[in-house]
Amino acid sequence: MTLVLNEEQLMLKDSAAGFLAQKASVSHLRALRDSNSSSGFDPAVWRAMVDMGWAGIAIPEAFGGLGYGYTGLGLVLEQIGRHLSSSPLEATVLVAATLINELGTEAQKEQWLSAIAAGNCQMTLALQEGKHHAPERTALMAVPKGAGYRLNGSKQFVLDASTAQYFLVVARSAGEVGEGDALSVFIVPADTKGLRIEARSMVDSRAAGVLHLDAVQLGVEALLGEAGQARQALERSLDIANIGLAAQLLGLSLEAFERSLTYLKERKQFGQLIGSFQALQHRAAKMFAELELARSIVLQALQAIDQGGDGLSLLASAAKAKLCEVAELVSNEAVQMHGGIGMTDEHDIGLFLKRARVLQHSFGDYNYHLNRFAQLKGY
Amino acid sequence: MSKLEQFRDETRAWLEANCPQSMRVTLHSFEDIYSGGRNPEIKHPDQKLWCDRMAERGWTVPHWPKEYGGGGLSGEEVKVLRQEMARINAQPPLESFGISMLGPALLKFGSEAQKQEHLPPIARGEIRWCQGYSEPNAGSDLASLQTRAVDKGDYYLINGQKIWTSYADKSDWIFCLVRTDSSGSKHEGISFVLFDMDAPEITTRPIKLISGNSPFCETFFDNAKAYKRNLIGEEGKGWTIAKYLLTHEREMISSFGAAPRESLAEAAIEAFGSDASGRLANGVLRQSLAQYQLDAMAFSATMARVRDEAKAGQGLGAASSIFKYYGTELNKRRNELNVALNGEAALGWEGEAYEGGRLCRDWLRSKGNSIEGGTSEIQLNIISKRVLGLPDA
Ligand SMILES: Cc1cc2nc3c(=O)[nH]c(=O)nc-3n(C[C@H](O)[C@H](O)[C@H](O)COP(=O)(O)OP(=O)(O)OC[C@H]3O[C@@H](n4cnc5c(N)ncnc54)[C@H](O)[C@@H]3O)c2cc1C
Repeated sequence: MTLVLNEEQLMLKDSAAGFLAQKASVSHLRALRDSNSSSGFDPAVWRAMVDMGWAGIAIPEAFGGLGYGYTGLGLVLEQIGRHLSSSPLEATVLVAATLINELGTEAQKEQWLSAIAAGNCQMTLALQEGKHHAPERTALMAVPKGAGYRLNGSKQFVLDASTAQYFLVVARSAGEVGEGDALSVFIVPADTKGLRIEARSMVDSRAAGVLHLDAVQLGVEALLGEAGQARQALERSLDIANIGLAAQLLGLSLEAFERSLTYLKERKQFGQLIGSFQALQHRAAKMFAELELARSIVLQALQAIDQGGDGLSLLASAAKAKLCEVAELVSNEAVQMHGGIGMTDEHDIGLFLKRARVLQHSFGDYNYHLNRFAQLKGY
Repeated sequence: MSKLEQFRDETRAWLEANCPQSMRVTLHSFEDIYSGGRNPEIKHPDQKLWCDRMAERGWTVPHWPKEYGGGGLSGEEVKVLRQEMARINAQPPLESFGISMLGPALLKFGSEAQKQEHLPPIARGEIRWCQGYSEPNAGSDLASLQTRAVDKGDYYLINGQKIWTSYADKSDWIFCLVRTDSSGSKHEGISFVLFDMDAPEITTRPIKLISGNSPFCETFFDNAKAYKRNLIGEEGKGWTIAKYLLTHEREMISSFGAAPRESLAEAAIEAFGSDASGRLANGVLRQSLAQYQLDAMAFSATMARVRDEAKAGQGLGAASSIFKYYGTELNKRRNELNVALNGEAALGWEGEAYEGGRLCRDWLRSKGNSIEGGTSEIQLNIISKRVLGLPDA
């Protein structure tokens, strides 16, 4: 496969850009935020996305999806990043559907993937337990009890927690904390007895929350795939999720960069455009260079998902670490280059800074993924 | 016993007896320090008491002369006072733009009458000041400011707009740069005037920051009056005063870069664990933490060195020109590290679980440090041209 987009992919990218600019742009995010929306997104916009087939882009045709693969989903996510759009696309489509596809039985895929593709099911992964992403340190135990399992514990930083109908809860079914093996995933409906959802207000104005599980009793049918066998599928799903988030960070960084470039060509001080100062020119040129590298690593990683084969983890950590680095650089520079106005809430540029850090910290930040990259390289 | 040791003993005893227990807690941020004024924001009832007790001894501004409400202390004595306050964790009794910016400018350029009128109320925390420098089209290029002042005999009539005026809505008086003459070069014809903000001709509109707070404002003058007795220095020669005041503002802002209060290393170990030999488990984070701590240490040493050189009569060395730039960039690094160390907990915006979004809002606010008081780019331009003598383009 070459590192260029085909015609179908280009069309998808353009239509996504057009739709989001109209229906889910930065000004929509602002309006959602100021209305104190508890869902964090506009259901009508989500419905329109479903109607365009986005909920099933990466879901195989056999399960009601479009079968465009992750490169297609990545292109949409890049546009989502540009517009800071809010929708269940990340939690439900990028993460939950992927995990079901990687870990579920045929019957489970049949049931859940077709429901997700049709826009009838919102689901989200409940994995993180502390302040940081550390799947190998999962402590929440699933203890065999009666004909099923009993779960106790809590999960942090669960995206879309207040609107999800189902949670994919990762639990340890054997072994000690710190051992990656013996993880299980349970499909837990939001109205299950003993489950409490605590909404949390995050800096990027999307809905997230904490999940408290107090003696939640589940039957064996709640198990996704087989008991204690989730580690590999979870790892691959997280790799895919991180590549998707990298695509989103790419769009966000490109947009923040282009807006700053526009400002450099508009704002005058000392009787000249500030873009004429070499100190700023060189920094813009360096960001451009970094962004070109970022584009390549994201596309390479997206294509690697669709091609299958080994080595996805290395590419996933490479793409996520690089995009965390670039997004941090660009979002900071964007505010600095705008001067005082960049510090105001009225101006949009600060919203890019806020969303960037939340995406960076979802499923492992720069430090996590660069460290993992080195480990995977063998040092 | 030397005189200085005696001073230390007395100071210690006095602080012990007079600093309320409630004022012996570490303040989380600069903005929590009492700032006085006609309608002071009181965050704790003892703040005013503590300020009044210190002001009575002149210790809100210990280095100012006694006749203007200061403590008349020598550099050595001020240092002792700071050490003794730090020993019991006493919070600063008062902090304001009057102390950090206007005071030094008045001491240097003000007439005797002006010093008598304005300095003591600053020292006692009675009048709170804001800084009217920036305008929508005069930010980095401050000297192109356009707010007009027309001579009306014993006063100037002022029309125009300022922007990013920190605490304008909470301040009583403003020190303001106005244009009294536009016939010459842009640096000429600027005057430095003071006036009371309690007038219907002056309006302020708070502007919200990305951190969600509204510390700064747009400030409009619609036929506002500044009395000529409050013109500092000569008419049209305000630029020199403006620049002198900026050096004090920059010194204040650069102190944000001084060694942090909380221990980042402890937080890191707690969040990520360590291996058998005590190394922080994440090697990448370990390196950036070490780099930050090293630079913070070297920066603090540089500030101390420059101060000691100045005290030894060697003048203010060239190193002081890097303070504002380096200190603010360091503070931004520290805040990014704080986000990296606290992950999800640093991204919370509201609610008890996130202490009202404290970490997050601090992180966002720190982005302004390299903009306010002259941007990092402007600081680097000054170093290149004035310190290094590099030619213009
Ligand atoms: C939190 C905060 C508090 C403030 N409080 C006050 C206050 O109390 N009173 C007050 O008067 N002002 C205040 N300011 C305003 C501050 O001084 C200005 O924002 C600052 O001087 C920059 O001006 P500007 O915003 O117009 O940006 P601009 O000057 O438009 O700068 C935009 C960008 O261009 C860059 N740039 C400009 N010129 C050059 C050059 N020659 N070479 C290279 N790069 C250049 C800048 O560095 C910046 O990155 C405050 C600002 C902030 C953020």
